[in-house]
Order: sequence, then structure tokens, then C-alpha cells
Amino acid sequence: MAKQYETVIGLEVHVELATKTKIFCGCSTAFGGAPNTHTCPVCTGMPGSLPVLNKKVLEYAVAVGLATNCTITRYCKFDRKNYFYPDNPQNYQISQLYLPICRDGGVEIETAAGKKTVGIHEIHMEEDAGKLIHDEWEDCSLVDYNRSGVPLIEIVSEPDMRSAEEVIAYLEKLRMMIQYLGASDCKLQEGSMRADVNLSVREAGAAGFGTRTEMKNLNSFRAITNAIEGERERQIELLEAGKKVVQETRRWDDAKGESYAMRSKEDAQDYRYFPDPDLVPVAVSDEWLAQIKAAQPEFRTEKMARYQAEYDIPDYDIEIITASKRMADLFEETVKLCGQPKKVSNWLMGETLRLLKEKGMEPEDIRFSPEHLAGLIRLTDEKAINSTVAKEVFEMMFEEDIDPEKYVEEKGLKTVSDEGALRRAVEDVISANPKSVEDYRNGKEKAIGFLVGQTMKAMKGKAEPGMVNRLLKELL
Amino acid sequence: MDLRKLTAAGLAAKIKAKEVSVMQAVQTVFDVMEEWEGLYHCYVTVDREAVLRKAEEIQRCIGSGELTGPLAGVPVAVKDNLCTKGLLTTCSSKILGNFIPTYTAEAVRNLEKAGALVIGKTNMDEFAMGSTTETSAYGVTRNPWDADRVPGGSSGGSAAAVAAEECFAALGSDTGGSIRQPASFCGVVGMKPTYGTVSRYGLIAYGSSLDQIGPIAKDVTDCAVLLEAIASHDEKDSTSVPRKDTDFTSALTEDVQGMRIGIPRDYFGSGLDADVAEAVRGAAGVLAEKGAVVEEFDLSLVEYAVPAYYTIAAAEASSNLERFDGIKYGYRTGEYAGLHHMYKKSRSEGFGAEVKRRIMLGSFVLSSGYYDAYYLKALKVKALIKKAFDRAFSNYDLILGPVAPTTAPKLGESLTDPVKMYLGDIYTIAVNLAGLPAVSLPCGKDAAGLPVGLQLIGDCFQEKTVIRAAYTYEKARGEFGTPFAESGSVTVPEGKEG
Repeated sequence: MAKQYETVIGLEVHVELATKTKIFCGCSTAFGGAPNTHTCPVCTGMPGSLPVLNKKVLEYAVAVGLATNCTITRYCKFDRKNYFYPDNPQNYQISQLYLPICRDGGVEIETAAGKKTVGIHEIHMEEDAGKLIHDEWEDCSLVDYNRSGVPLIEIVSEPDMRSAEEVIAYLEKLRMMIQYLGASDCKLQEGSMRADVNLSVREAGAAGFGTRTEMKNLNSFRAITNAIEGERERQIELLEAGKKVVQETRRWDDAKGESYAMRSKEDAQDYRYFPDPDLVPVAVSDEWLAQIKAAQPEFRTEKMARYQAEYDIPDYDIEIITASKRMADLFEETVKLCGQPKKVSNWLMGETLRLLKEKGMEPEDIRFSPEHLAGLIRLTDEKAINSTVAKEVFEMMFEEDIDPEKYVEEKGLKTVSDEGALRRAVEDVISANPKSVEDYRNGKEKAIGFLVGQTMKAMKGKAEPGMVNRLLKELL
Repeated sequence: MDLRKLTAAGLAAKIKAKEVSVMQAVQTVFDVMEEWEGLYHCYVTVDREAVLRKAEEIQRCIGSGELTGPLAGVPVAVKDNLCTKGLLTTCSSKILGNFIPTYTAEAVRNLEKAGALVIGKTNMDEFAMGSTTETSAYGVTRNPWDADRVPGGSSGGSAAAVAAEECFAALGSDTGGSIRQPASFCGVVGMKPTYGTVSRYGLIAYGSSLDQIGPIAKDVTDCAVLLEAIASHDEKDSTSVPRKDTDFTSALTEDVQGMRIGIPRDYFGSGLDADVAEAVRGAAGVLAEKGAVVEEFDLSLVEYAVPAYYTIAAAEASSNLERFDGIKYGYRTGEYAGLHHMYKKSRSEGFGAEVKRRIMLGSFVLSSGYYDAYYLKALKVKALIKKAFDRAFSNYDLILGPVAPTTAPKLGESLTDPVKMYLGDIYTIAVNLAGLPAVSLPCGKDAAGLPVGLQLIGDCFQEKTVIRAAYTYEKARGEFGTPFAESGSVTVPEGKEG
């Protein structure tokens, strides 16, 4: 029988922090400006410019450290990582090596195999680089420094994971915590959360670790899973063939489903790290640490327990709603406005999830406000619109966050509650459809459905179906 | 009235009193330049048209009462490592030969707020690396006291411009003595403030943890006026210190009664020129006569300052100068094959020998496997030196010593032996490592008639003690004179008449 292998995985996760301005200057972090419009002498590395730390970055990093049970470094420093590349305007990146802000933490994950803790080695702060654009037509390369200086934290785990399932559970746990903290939106596709996978294999039961590789360019959970499976197989094949795994950095090509070597350990650069003399060391005071601690939000587990106690909605709904901070906030705020948890939950679990899935969006992308969702619920409660119209209005709300009450008014979508008008419409339908009337009178109960439909059509959908039904029966 | 002889403060008073116009002041400087700049070469860039336009504007603002600053209308020179918006800023390097900044250094802005008129950018050792101004890519600056000699460095252009009366005062920068040593060689007054007193924003960095901007001027009063103008707490520089005691001119009083002054015995060992030692001891005697208590003591660790400094400064410089790569601004080589070849060629062609030497030295001491043995050890030495000064300042208000072991050497003598040149910084360097304020002021001449500098070092944030002692000494000493005041002291080499 073939040997049994165990996969050993550690992750380096980069998270872009949700600050309004960059880590060392006042430039905007907004996505998608014209090239080099969100720049200044500092983030383009002009001679004589100096970095000054954005305190919000430190606050977010400490908050993530507290949420992941880390020890906060009370006297921390920034270091320069020196390497030449045009996306890095100073040719050094300001990062942390010697005294990272957080150390020795861990998060609990749960998979089919049960619960376990994944250790966190450290979390450090650093700046993002710019973007190189290669112009094939002009045969030149251009640099856009809009991203240069956008704040990042790098969360380095211990090599505690053993499967792709555990890796995904760990990433989902981190993502949810960080979203709950409001420290980042953690979107893998847009690169606001990026994971590099360090993987090695060893014979089951072996004490030491095998030689590891680092996998980059993983832009989705699916790519991460595929890359882990692929790399595990590649390494096992090498070992089975009596070959050695080379310590190297590899790039994953998700379209081809394979990876290729980028650089080996022998090519590894000497980054000549040293403390950045332009930035004074940062001391985290007891007082400030206590403030950040006090401001930690209610995380998912506590929130679930509270929902079970406070709201009469199914456990399944609670699980889905609390999986996203955005969804949970929306739920709570809407309930506060309309006092109907079940109805709010129905809109979120039903139409909202359907539209998110249909449009390939994340809950973080939801645009409609709690006020408007509450307004829509009010309209249905008052029977001012029927459920078909309500769904139409909701779609508009989902698209453009329109005010449902105004919209219904303007578009004349309100249910006609004037019985006289409705009675006239029913009378018209009866006289125009003698065949169906006769069928009904002959005992074909189903025929009334057709008559209801005809009436609704005549009313352009703005009638309350129950009322139409009652009037039809009365007049027949 | 010979405007050339006026100090910056003296000229400002005359402009304020409407006895002299800004244009006359500028014209005076231009006249001196006409006569001497060809020989001394104090400046890299002077944009005459822009200066004349600015002079008119300043005159108008003075006339309308908008501009009342202490330096209103005074032409001041600025070292070429301070960024000036729209005006070429080269650091005396080929690699920045075309660099026009989009912003002005905070210290220069402060100077302009005080009313000063930037007359030009002064020559320096390339990226402030050197002690003679001979490493400039744009030619040497000559010492106005003897044109065959160096003006010192790295702020040699600023010191020579003040001595040659090609400006009324100047800004320099001091990483290991780059203000004080050229001031000493050129017979003018130069002051390095406590680290963090003047914003470094817009100063093109050499050794970031050691760099400070300071004034070079004709007398102690001008130094105090300039320093008061440029000192500020700047949020753009996180190493900038908020201070409430920057009213330095309030310390311009003749009073050293009871002031405790220590002279490090270690500073008077072998290597110190006898003429220099005598002049410095003479100055100590003057202060003692004025009521100061002068004693000798052992500072210790003096011999470790130079190696620690050249390790730390080179390490920081190797990283600070990485941004000069030909990608975003500055010199890019003409032909290249690929990115890394472009980096290598641009930097090989753009940097001079001394800069390359320090980049290599700095890269070496930071490289993996050597970091602890060199860089980390140097930081420990730096901490010990700071402690030695702390001990000294628990006994003394002020430390007095020479600025440099010798007076100005001849051109071409220093660069052949870099270690010897580095050792010339022995008395100035420890002050930067400890972040202290210090002044250099003329205290005599050697046998050849060259100026000798006296260094007064204060504890952190004690600029006022330094200024008070310097002012008292200066008053007691009397006029020092200029290269032009004493006939025959201006040595013009053959065929190089100004």
C-alpha cells in the first residue's frame, strides 16, 4: 500500500485596511481613480518627503490582534525592507520585522473533523505598492501610484492547518472577524484580502516538517482549494519518484489548474531590513488599548446567542444573517424601525439572497438602507401594495436604493382600495368572459382563478387578490 | 555705507527703516557674485530673474505692511539639498541634475515666512557626503580666506557664500558636522540645533536619524534670528519635536556668570593641531574671565564616535538613496537592456565615487549575517555616547572644544585618504549621535592666517545656553574680520583672478 501523507499548511494573509487615507500620507485610498491622481510627494517617494503614521491603521491592527487573541506589542517600530522594483517608489517598503504590532494569537475553526485552534504567529503593518501597467502597443511600462501607501496588515499563521477545508474555515473566520471590526471589506476578488499558501507534505506520523513551497496569486476560495490540492499532489509525486521538493515561490494559474516556479530560495534577496529612522517608535498606552478593547464589536457567536433570545426567527436564518456583519447590521436596524423580525428576516433570506446570488454580489455590496426596507414592509402591512408589486419595488430598491413609498406613489402602484372601481372592473370581466362564468356556475371552482387573473390584469396588478376573490364570488 | 558688511539682522533693520531697498540688497549680492563667484563657486543655481521678481514682490509686501518678519527682504542662500518649489535642487549630484521639486522644504518655507529672499542654491558635497565640498558633481567651492583651500563640507557652499559676502546668511544641514566644520574653516558662525527642532520635511535625506538643518551666518545674533525663524513643530515630520522655547534671540545676552563649562581632555590628544588647540584654550580663558567656571574632564568613548557614525549614516544613506533609480525623476542612462541594467547603469553613472563608497559600506553593514556585528553594535555605541554626554551634562552646562583638528586643508589633499578625512569629523560627530545642539564660531587664526573654530555643545534643548555663551564670547572677542577686511589675506591663485 502507498505511503500515507499529511499536508502541513501555514498562511500569510494580507488584508487591506478600510482607512479613508493612506498609511503614511493624507492621500485617498479610494479605488479606481485616474492613474496617479491619489498621490503626493510622500507616496511617490519624492526626495525629501517623509512618512507620518496614520493612527487609524494602528488602531485597526490592534483591534484585529485583540480579536485574534494576540499579545499586543506595546512599543513597536517600523522597518524598511529594501528591494528595487518600479512599483515601489522609494525602492524600500515600510513594514515591520523586528517588533510587529501583534504576536502569538490564534483563532478557533470548525470543520467536519471538529474544532481546532489555528495559531497566529504575528500580525504586522505595512504599505502596499503601486501598480505596473505594461503597454504592449507603445512597448513601455507605466506606473500608477494610487495604491502605493494603501495600508495593509499581514497575518502570519503557524503551520497548523492540514487540509484545504481547514484553510477555508480559517480564512472565513478571519474574514468575518475583520468585517465585524469594520477594519476591511476583505474581498478576495478585488484583492482587499490576499492569501499566500505555505505548504509541505510529510509522511503521516513524522515529527519534522517537509520542505515547503509558497503559492501566490490565489484570488478566490476556489483557487485556494485547487492550489492546495494541486500542490499536495505535485509534492507527493516528487517524493514518490525519489525526488526532492525545492523551497521556492510558485505562482498559481487557476485557468490552467497548475503552478509554476517564480523564484527559488537561492535567488532570495537580502532585504537588508533595518528600523526606519523617519518614523518614531509607537507606544500603545494602557488607556488607548483599553479604549480599543471596549470598542470591540459583538462577534458572531455572541450575536447568534442574542438573536436566539431576542428574536423569534429560525436558527437557520440566524446562522445566515450573522455570517455577514453587513447583513446582521441591516437586520437589526430594520427591526428597530419596524419591529417585525420575521418579516425582515424573510426579505433578507428570500429576495436579498436570491438577488445577491443572481448578480454575483457579496452582502457587503448591499446598497439599500434599513429605512427603505422598513418602508417597504410598512407598505405591505398596510396592504397598500400586494406581494407581486412588493417584489418589483424591492428589486428597484436593491438596484438603486429608491425610497419605496415615494416610488409606489410616483409610479401609481398602490392597490386600488376603492371598492366601487374594483366592482366595476369585476363586472366588466364577468360580462366579457361568459364561458368561464358558466364553467364556474357549473361547479368548476378553478375557473374563478382565471377570472381573478383577468381582473388583476385589468387593474394593472394594483388590486388586492383577496378582495377581488370576494367580489367575484359575491357577484357570481 | 557698504551694504556688504551688514549682518542679516543689520540689513533687515535698514530695510525696515526704508534706508535700504530690497532691490539694493539683491544688487549688492549680485555685484559680489559678479566679482567673486567665478573664483569661489559657492552656488550651483542662481535664478536671477526669479530673484528680481521676488525682490519686487517682497518690497511691495514690506511697503504695504503685510510683511514685517525679522528677515524681511534679506537675501539668504540655501544649501542645494533643501527642496525649493520650481527651482533646481541637485544635492550637487549628477543623478538629480534635472530635478525640480514640486514643493518647498518646511525650513525654507519658514525662512520665507520670516521675509527672507532665497537668492540661490549653494554647492555641497554630493548628497552631503564629504568634508570638503570636493565631491560635488558641479565643481569645487574655494575657501574665501585662501582660494587654494577647501571651504570644508558638506555645507561648504553656504559657509563660503557667507564668508565671501555673496549672501547675508545661509542654511546648511549637519549630519556629522556639515554646518560647524565649514563654518569653522570659513571664519563664520554655524549652528546645529537639537535633533527634531527644525523640520526635515523637504531636506533630501542622507542619514535621517542624524540630519538637522541649521543656520550659517556672520555672527551669533544672525544665527539666533535664523534659527528662531526656521524652528517649528511640523506634523509632516514625525521626528519633529513640539517646543515652546524657540525664542532663541532672547538668549542674546552677555552673561556666563557661574556657567559651568567642561572641556573634554580627550579632545586635546594627538592629532589636534597646536594652533587650533591654542586658539580654543584661549577662548575658554575668555569665558572664564567673563565669570564661567571652566574645568577639564574625561568625556570617554571619543574614539568610537567616528566608526559608529560611518556605520549608521552609511546604512541609512544606502536605503535613503535607493529612490534615485532613474524611473521617476533625475538622471536615466541613455541606453540599457532591461530594467535591472537601467538601474545599474543610471546609478553607476549618476552617483560619484564617495556616494558609491558609502552606499556599498551601508549595504554591507545591513546585509544579513553582518547586521548584528556592525549596525546593531553601532546603535549600541550611539546609546553609550549619549549616556557619556548625559553624565557630562549632569556636571556642566556646556562642553567646549575644537570643531576640527586642523584649519582648512588644501584642495585635493583629503579625498585620497577617506579614512583620514573621516577622522577629521571626530569632534563634531558625537554631537549628532547624541542629538545635541552645538555652535561653531571663529576664535582665532593659525599661523597661515586661516580661521579656527570654537565649538560649544549644549545638552538637548539647551540652545539658549549655547547662544548665551557664544554671544558673550563673541562680544569679548570683538570683530573677527572677513577675508576682505585685512588686505593681503585674500590669496588668489595665479590665472584665477576673480
